[in-house]
Amino acid sequence: MLLTIDSSAGASLALTRGETVLAAWHTEETTSHAEVLAPALHTMLSENSVTGGDLDAIAVGAGPGPFTGLRVGLALAHSLAEAWRLPLHGLCSLDALALRAVDAGIEGEFLAATDARRREVYWASYRNDDGDAQLVSGPHVGPPAECPALPAVGAGAGPYPDQLRPAALAGQEPEAWTPHAAELGRLAHGALAGELTGVLCEPRPLYLRESDAKVPRQMRQGAS
Amino acid sequence: MSDEPLVLGIETSCDETGIGLVRGRRLLAHEVASSVEEHVRFGGVIPEIAARAHLEAFTPTLRRALETAGVELDEVDAIAVTAGPGLAGALMVGLSAAKGLALATGTPLYGINHLVAHVAVGLLDKDGEQAPTGAGGTTHGAAGTAAAAHATGALLVSGGHTEMLRIGSITEDVQLLGSTIDDAAGEAYDKVARLLGLGYPGGPKIDAAAADGDPQAFRFPRGLTMPKFEGTEENPGKHRHNWSFSGLKTAVARAVEQFEQAGRPVPTADIAASFQEAVVDVLTSKTVRACREHGITSLLLGGGVAANSRLRELLAQRCEQAGVELTVPPISLCTDNGAMVAALGAQLVAAGVQPSSWEIPADSGLPVSRISL
Ligand SMILES: [Zn+2]
Repeated sequence: MLLTIDSSAGASLALTRGETVLAAWHTEETTSHAEVLAPALHTMLSENSVTGGDLDAIAVGAGPGPFTGLRVGLALAHSLAEAWRLPLHGLCSLDALALRAVDAGIEGEFLAATDARRREVYWASYRNDDGDAQLVSGPHVGPPAECPALPAVGAGAGPYPDQLRPAALAGQEPEAWTPHAAELGRLAHGALAGELTGVLCEPRPLYLRESDAKVPRQMRQGAS
Repeated sequence: MSDEPLVLGIETSCDETGIGLVRGRRLLAHEVASSVEEHVRFGGVIPEIAARAHLEAFTPTLRRALETAGVELDEVDAIAVTAGPGLAGALMVGLSAAKGLALATGTPLYGINHLVAHVAVGLLDKDGEQAPTGAGGTTHGAAGTAAAAHATGALLVSGGHTEMLRIGSITEDVQLLGSTIDDAAGEAYDKVARLLGLGYPGGPKIDAAAADGDPQAFRFPRGLTMPKFEGTEENPGKHRHNWSFSGLKTAVARAVEQFEQAGRPVPTADIAASFQEAVVDVLTSKTVRACREHGITSLLLGGGVAANSRLRELLAQRCEQAGVELTVPPISLCTDNGAMVAALGAQLVAAGVQPSSWEIPADSGLPVSRISL
C-alpha cells in the first residue's frame, strides 16, 4: 500500500494498492496547505484504519509548483517517511495530468501545464505511447507563448486560451485540471513494480526558478 | 512521564534549522543547521533561501539530534514546534514536518511561541548539573514557574526581534512590556555594518571593529527617549519601554557621508564603537527601568545579540546596580535553536496544557501573550 501526497497546485492525498485507489482527498485551495493537509491525512488514516505499518512506501509530488505550498507537502512526506522508516519517492507532479489525459483518450503529443503565477506556466510535453504517457520534454517554467503548439491539459492552460489550446476531450474540462496524488500513486506503483521507467525522482522540490532574492538597495549603493 | 516528558523541539522561524531534545529540564541534544552563509551576499536573511534550506536540512538535523541524545523517535512524548512569530514560509516547513512526526508517532503536538521559547532556555539545567531531585522544580533558573513569588523578565535581542517581556508564569502569563517599533537591534547592526563596509552578520563585525574605537567620539541618538515618548512611571508615555533604531541608522549614514564628501577617511572604529554604545545604552537603560517599574528581580538575556560583548558588560553592570539578577545562557542557546522549543514544550506538557490541533497555522505575527496555539 502506498500513501501519496501532492501539494504542487491544490493539495491532495491518496492511499493506493496497486492500481486501486483506496481513499483520496483533495482541495483546490492554494494558500492553506500548512493548515489543511495534516488534518486531512489524519482523518484519512483513521477512517481507513491505516497506520505506518500498513504502508510499503510514501510517494510525493515534487512539483513544479509555487514554492511555499510545495514545501508543505514535501516536509510532511519527509517526516512521515522518517518516523515510519519507509522509503520515500518523488514524482513530477505534471505526470499526474499526463496520466489523466492518456486515460481520457488523448492522442499524439500534448502539453501538461499548471499555473506558475507571474504570467508563466510550469509545463512538460508528453506523447501517448500505447496508453502510457511518455515524457518528451520538461518540466520547464516559462511564458505560455513559448510553449510548443500542442493541445494542452491542466489549469495552466485556463488563463491563456490564446496561447495554449485546451485539448478536446469528450465531456472533460482539461483546462481546469490540477495534479492529484491518486494518479501519482498509480504511477509510483507502476515504477516500483518495474512496469514504468523514468517516473521516480528524488523527493526534493522541482523549483525550476531561482529564489527571488535581490541584493538590497543599501548593499548596492553602500548607503540608504 | 508527566514529570519528565521527553520532548522534541523544532525551530525554523528564521535562518536556523534547530532540532532539540529535552527531558523535563535536562538538555539531551540540540543540533542546528544554519543557512547564514547563503544570506551573506544579500546582507540580510532572504526568506525564500531560508525556507529552501530548512527543507534540505530538516531530516539530517533530526537524525543528528536523535543520535546525540541516544533516543528513538517513538520514545518521544510530545513534539513542540515554533508556530510563530517568524518568516511565514520558513515556519511552514517546520510546522508541516512537526505535524508529520506527531501524526506518525501518535504524540501530541504543541505549536509554541518563539519568543517565549527563548525564555524557556533559562529553565534548562545548567551545564554539569543533575536534574533537580525533589526540588519541585519551582525555583530554578531565571524564569521560575507559577510558584515564583516575583516576576521575571527577559530581554530578547536578535536580527529579527527586540523585546522586553514580563513572565509571571511561563505556561500561562507572559506579557510584552516593550519592543522595537521599527528595526530589530540586530537588523540595525546589519545595516550599519553594511554602511561601514564591514560585512554580514553585522553584530560580531561591529563588535570587533568597536574594540579599537572611542564610544564617545560621536553622540548618536537614543531613540524614543524624549519625555513625550517616555512620560513618567506614574503616567507612562506610549513608548516608555519601546525602542527605535531607524533614526540611529540614519544618523550613522549621515556621519559616514560627511567624511566621504569631505574626502576624509571614515573613522570606522569610532563610528562602530559610538553606534554600539548608543544601541547598548538605550537597550539596557530602558530594560533595567522596566524591571524596576514592574517588580522584576531577575532578568534573562536571549537572542543572537546576547553574544555582543558590550551589551553583556553594560547590562550586567546596570542590573547589578539595580539589584536585578541577570542570567545569560550559553550563546548556542541564545541564538535560535530547537532546545528552547523543546524546553517550553516540556513545561506545557508538565503543566497539563492542551496540545494543539492538526489545523494550527504558521502565524508570523503571533503575539507574545499566546504561549501556545
Ligand atoms: Zn529568535
